Amino acid sequence: MSELVKKNASELVELLQSGEITSVELTHAFLDRIEKLNPVLNSYLHVNAKEALATAVEVDRKRAAGEKLPMLAGLPIAVKDNLTTTDAPTTAGSKILEGWIPQYDATVVKLLREEMMPILGKTNLDEFAMGSSTEFSAYGPSKNPWDTGRIPGGSGGGSSSAVAGFLAPVAIGSDTGGSIRFPAAVTGTVGTKPTYGAVSRYGLIALASSLDQIGPVSRNVLDAALLSDVISGYDKHDSTSLPESLGSMAEAAKSGSLKGVRVGVIKELNGEGFQPGVKARFNESLELMVKAGAEIVEVSCPSFEYAIAAYYLILPAEASSNLAKFDSVRFGMRVTPEGNPTIERVMAATREAGFGPEVKRRIILGTYALSSGYYDAYYGSAQKVRTLIQRDFDAAFEKADVLVSPTAPTTAFKFGEKLEDPLAMYLNDIATIPANLAGTPGMSIPNGLATEDDLPSGIQLLAPAREDKRLYAIGAALEALHEAVWGKRMIDFAPEVKAGA
Amino acid sequence: MSELTPDLVRHLASLARIQVTDAEVDRFAEQLSLIVESVATVNSAVAGDVPATSHPIPMANVFREDLVEPSLTQEQALSGAADSDQGRFRVAAILDEE
Repeated sequence: MSELVKKNASELVELLQSGEITSVELTHAFLDRIEKLNPVLNSYLHVNAKEALATAVEVDRKRAAGEKLPMLAGLPIAVKDNLTTTDAPTTAGSKILEGWIPQYDATVVKLLREEMMPILGKTNLDEFAMGSSTEFSAYGPSKNPWDTGRIPGGSGGGSSSAVAGFLAPVAIGSDTGGSIRFPAAVTGTVGTKPTYGAVSRYGLIALASSLDQIGPVSRNVLDAALLSDVISGYDKHDSTSLPESLGSMAEAAKSGSLKGVRVGVIKELNGEGFQPGVKARFNESLELMVKAGAEIVEVSCPSFEYAIAAYYLILPAEASSNLAKFDSVRFGMRVTPEGNPTIERVMAATREAGFGPEVKRRIILGTYALSSGYYDAYYGSAQKVRTLIQRDFDAAFEKADVLVSPTAPTTAFKFGEKLEDPLAMYLNDIATIPANLAGTPGMSIPNGLATEDDLPSGIQLLAPAREDKRLYAIGAALEALHEAVWGKRMIDFAPEVKAGA
Repeated sequence: MSELTPDLVRHLASLARIQVTDAEVDRFAEQLSLIVESVATVNSAVAGDVPATSHPIPMANVFREDLVEPSLTQEQALSGAADSDQGRFRVAAILDEE
């Protein structure tokens, strides 16, 4: 295998800039690996070889001519398949959108094109990003490169398995309740959910509009920062877009230190029900941070107990409304029943055939939560819980600069383990959901292997709204401490993925 | 707390324009009842007067410049439709004959 694909994105950028490698060479290296391993990992739903190479050729031509190029020009990238792309089908992992070619690019995709990054393809996800394992994708699950019998996390398991399996140096994800951070934790990669509004959602197929946020998927904190600096910024096409800049994450990542940092350990997310190996690695990281000059403080966020409950009211409510647009009229599948049906029956038959079980469950749940007579008790109370969670964060950040917790209660579980038990599946996001409800940023970084199964665990860092820089500064510092202890990157512990017979 | 009976699931699915099989109705009724029981705990979380948060980062009066900009052509707008006729989306009958 080409060792090139294993390098960090920041190193690849230097090699491209110095002319030691060409973008065509690099793009080919990833396309070759995709050809070999995507049949095993199912990270990509669509590979954009021709378009990616065309971008690479253009970058190499401009570089050879001495033209000024954007920072990440020529670095390939993968994009989650719930962002619209005019040159590739966009399915959101659903049969209802099979073969749909959007007529406009998502703002993030437009920014990647302006940066001249070859887009390798579109990555798998649970249908409309509803799930934690990619088992709800209509196109089959993606596999975890650490153990192909296990889930790569979800919903962004295509992006996490692509980045962990070296099928892309970096990728784009979206995080509604942990869909970037949970996959990162179980694949030994870095996943970041920015402050709500930091990255434009225009062209992101909406799941829950008040929770969704696009962010970077990478193997390293600096790589995440470089990508974040490309995709962040105000967009007039998104009315929730933050008008102010949050600064350079790359600069923050390069200047990281733990000296004097107050690290808050969340009492309510400090281990109960967490796998012993996950908890042990978490405690070791706390000790490492103390040795590097950080101060550990305990904080209490009592309302976090209700976060999952509030989330599974707000999300289905918003989703049931957002997914009403899949009505067989303007785009997507149409199923016409026998006889001379009315449009109502056509819609119902189309949505029956086009949606999978989790999407139907959540639409029905959302329809229930928004019904008159139940609205105040469910949706209304959930919105109040949201306020309480924000207040908990505010109080915690009085005492601490960042908060930490294990990203997920367990390491990657096996396929089928939680498929028929929605409540068990929902618990994977217990530590990640509060940040979505509050709109605050969060990052998961690799945190060592759990002793009992030798699988990756993650540590989550949380910062106040608009303080994303803290995540990058502290995340990079902790990553450096880890790599000093391990003698290599966490991803270098991963076994080589075997190509199919 | 009210249980999600099979009849209620059928009704909700019809409101959401999703045709469901009997097997789906039974399975969803069972699973959704458990979920509803679990999410109903939000009621006990809130004591006293707490304002609702609908949006994590509050913003008001978000406007853009009132400028004419290019938009999709008719052909582009119809390109994803299952059926179209004379530049319009074509659908089955809106009203039942009966």
